[in-house]
Amino acid sequence: MTAVAASRLITVEINGVTYEHEVPARRLLVHFLRDDLALTGTHIGCDTGNCGACTIHLNGEPVKSCMLLAVQVDGASITTVEGLAPDGELTPLQQAFSEAHALQCGYCTPGMLMSASALLERNPHPSEEEVRIALQGNICRCTGYWNIIEAVQRAALSGGSA
Amino acid sequence: MTTVETPTTEAAPETTLERGYVGLDYPRKEDRRLLQGQGVFVDDIKRWGMGYVHFVRSPYAHAKILSIDVSKALAVKGVYGTLTGDEVALQTDPFFQIASEPGAHVRDYALAVGKARYVGDPVAAVVAETRELARDAAELVEVEYEPLPAIVDARRALDEDAPILHEECGGNLAWQGTYEWGDLDAAFAEADHIVRISELHFDRFNSTPLELDGALVEYNRGTGQWTLHCNNQFPGFAIIMMGPALRVGLDKLRFVTQDIGGGFGNKITSHPQLVACCLLARKLNRPIQWTEWRTEFHQSMSHGNERWFQDIEVAVKADGTLLGFRCKALDDAGAYLRYEPLGGVIWSQVTPGMYRWRNIRVDFTQVMTNKAPVSPNRGYSRMQHLWLTERIIDIVAHELGFDPIEIRKRNYIQPEDMPYETPNGCVYDSGDYPRALDLALELIGYDQLEERRRDAESRGRLLGFGIGSTLDSGTNNFGQSQLINPDLQFSGNNEVATVKLDILGEIVVTLGTTPQGQGHETTAAQVVADILGCSPDDVTVRAGHDTYWNSHAGFSGTYASQFAVTGLGAVKGATEELARQMRVLASMVFGCSPDDIELVDKHARIKGNPEAALPFQALGAIVNAGNAGFPEDPPPLNARYVFRPKFEVPDKERKFGNLTLTYAMQIHACVVEVDPETGYYEVVDYAAVDDCGSRVNPKIVEGQVMGATAHALGAAIWESFVYDDEGNLLTPNFYDYHVPHALDMPPLRTGALESPSPFTPLGTKGMGEGGGAGIHAVCAALQDALRSRGGAIVSDSHNPYHRVWAMLRDPDATRANVEVVSK
Repeated sequence: MTAVAASRLITVEINGVTYEHEVPARRLLVHFLRDDLALTGTHIGCDTGNCGACTIHLNGEPVKSCMLLAVQVDGASITTVEGLAPDGELTPLQQAFSEAHALQCGYCTPGMLMSASALLERNPHPSEEEVRIALQGNICRCTGYWNIIEAVQRAALSGGSA
Repeated sequence: MTTVETPTTEAAPETTLERGYVGLDYPRKEDRRLLQGQGVFVDDIKRWGMGYVHFVRSPYAHAKILSIDVSKALAVKGVYGTLTGDEVALQTDPFFQIASEPGAHVRDYALAVGKARYVGDPVAAVVAETRELARDAAELVEVEYEPLPAIVDARRALDEDAPILHEECGGNLAWQGTYEWGDLDAAFAEADHIVRISELHFDRFNSTPLELDGALVEYNRGTGQWTLHCNNQFPGFAIIMMGPALRVGLDKLRFVTQDIGGGFGNKITSHPQLVACCLLARKLNRPIQWTEWRTEFHQSMSHGNERWFQDIEVAVKADGTLLGFRCKALDDAGAYLRYEPLGGVIWSQVTPGMYRWRNIRVDFTQVMTNKAPVSPNRGYSRMQHLWLTERIIDIVAHELGFDPIEIRKRNYIQPEDMPYETPNGCVYDSGDYPRALDLALELIGYDQLEERRRDAESRGRLLGFGIGSTLDSGTNNFGQSQLINPDLQFSGNNEVATVKLDILGEIVVTLGTTPQGQGHETTAAQVVADILGCSPDDVTVRAGHDTYWNSHAGFSGTYASQFAVTGLGAVKGATEELARQMRVLASMVFGCSPDDIELVDKHARIKGNPEAALPFQALGAIVNAGNAGFPEDPPPLNARYVFRPKFEVPDKERKFGNLTLTYAMQIHACVVEVDPETGYYEVVDYAAVDDCGSRVNPKIVEGQVMGATAHALGAAIWESFVYDDEGNLLTPNFYDYHVPHALDMPPLRTGALESPSPFTPLGTKGMGEGGGAGIHAVCAALQDALRSRGGAIVSDSHNPYHRVWAMLRDPDATRANVEVVSK
């Protein structure tokens, strides 16, 4: 190991703001977001890329930010949960989550919202099976998923996406 | 398709509250911040100059620690310091042990001292400038071990030649006790059939909250006080454990939580790591940040109690009446007794399950093994015992040819028996079990079952139907700890709330609880609003817990199904006192009697006279900011209430007494389809009926039912902490330990009954644990499905596909586990 890892300057747009930042080459994207930029809405629940709590949009696609190094997003555009409703007005999807009681502790919720909003972007009227498939990479330990699936379908019916 | 129905609701429950907001699906106050990523979880908290800690953990299940050399780690630039077991042994005392002899002799510290006793046992800690550096530097710590043989199978732990974990205990026994009530000899003499089951096994798993354990610990050098921003869910317990270990008074430990990403009991016993963080914060004079990694959690944190039931004998009458049973229970506590051996008594909250048998004997033995320490996990210790009772019912029915529904209805405690005193003196407060079972059958479409069975057969599948009937006992009488150790002084229970009317008329509530998603801010506001005559939106319930808010007591926390009783009982008591003070103040202003004042629409007014009304803002201002010239001392508009359920210390000789205040009930029913070629199966239909008395917020209650169902399905089918013979955990992450995801969940219908508790301030019962009903139901359904293929007996709580395949392949091997003697 080396005590001080090599670092690199990256430029990345996150929630509409452009950041220029020197990051250690080994730093995970999720730690860059959370520890360096204080965007703590993106969470960590595992070491292995299974849980999906860290899901963000990278150039419009949902990805797990613990599975990327920060240096890999140089030049990219990212949306995190903080960017879903920047003016504080909840999106139809967020409202549906609350109405359907699709969150309890709220720890998986940001990742769920990012996966679900990406689904609704590409498929505004998903079937229940399509919702389940889209969320299979996101673990929730509180709800058993039933209300989450219902919330996504409610949001689809209301015509709202992200 | 998810169908959520509440087809039957009983008549409005009797409570002393006029129901307004209480009883509604009021939207959760917590949601807005959590949906926007604005929750504050422990890893979100940062301080200037903080250091990240990483623990060095034992790669051996059992090994002497010969030496630890931290010099290479310390030499790395950016490493702030280290901590080893030797330092811990000098600077702290061993944690207080709950156990009597011989477990009382366990010497448990924040880090392993002298020996490591499971894979993942922390032996040293390294603090550095970044997470990455701390982790790297931890690898540079050189630990010289002398590996020792490990004991992994609890059934061998008391063998003469078994390796001993804690030499000071003289063996691996943690605790042993005999429980016997009724007249076993008479019951077995009266029985027409005796059903013997040689062994059942309840598997090791836990609920794996998505957020890992963690803390940000600050030390105030001037006052000698630590502030622990953390996600421990039972500060009352942790502080009592930590203060004496750190040799400080309890007020030196300030616990602060806000949002906690799931707990399920698994975040009760983080006190060893928290002590390590305290020592490091003091030693290095900087804030210490600790966040566990997933593998560390799986290896070291809060496994559920694994339990063997052996030599089970059941006394049954010819008509299916169950007279009683006797068995041995062998509980595997893992390497240390962090909350144990409380599991050795907590099961007896539900001694007879839901049944009327009066003659029960359990010889309970708890042993220590070279595996992760156990501690509470949703359904803690009762789930294991309730699984036993449900297995007994279904095995008896299977062997003697009774219908699983009829034998349940025949033996259930009946609604007219309520309140029902169990053979060991617990009092089941209310409930209608047969009706709940009927509702579950209706929800799952039981009348179509045989048709569905034929349909499944036509597709080459074996259909099985199973019931899990279970209890969720809540609001512990901690006096039950004295049945484990007569020298303990704990008894009863309590929780605290404060409510004040603030300077500008704001209503502010603090709780002693540590919610992890149960919606305490919302339900507390519903109760306050109904008493003060305002909306829940007018009520600020501070998020989380702070021991310095004066809403902390010895049992504060969120655990063991009690908030709706203890937490809301405290909220109700404090709010009623505040309402009284507000009426007194208004009566002083108006020169009338407090009885003439009513609180309506955020005003205190003379009854029937809307003109004579003081807005809450004016009341707050009089006391707080405009009290000059006031003729009398105004009331403080600040109320603290300690809710205390009325308990007695149980009789230690007879092991008799009321151990919990309320008994919520769940009945689950499920349908499985098994592929007879491979053992692969799916839960294809599911229904869950809950009765937790009066529901403050039915949507939140239903959410708990759903969550408990999902945990039970995970445990029944996929989730298991599997160890090899040398004590290596084979499922240390979410690849190997499969938790259910969205595609795994069956269609679910929920139903609810409301049998208000006569013993609680709001008619509520604690709930949320679900008693493992899904595990019971899946086991029963599998046994039913396999009936036509040799009639295998399901003897394990955890049934992955390969185990089902084995049962299909050799049913006789499983049947050898059961013997029936008929007179």
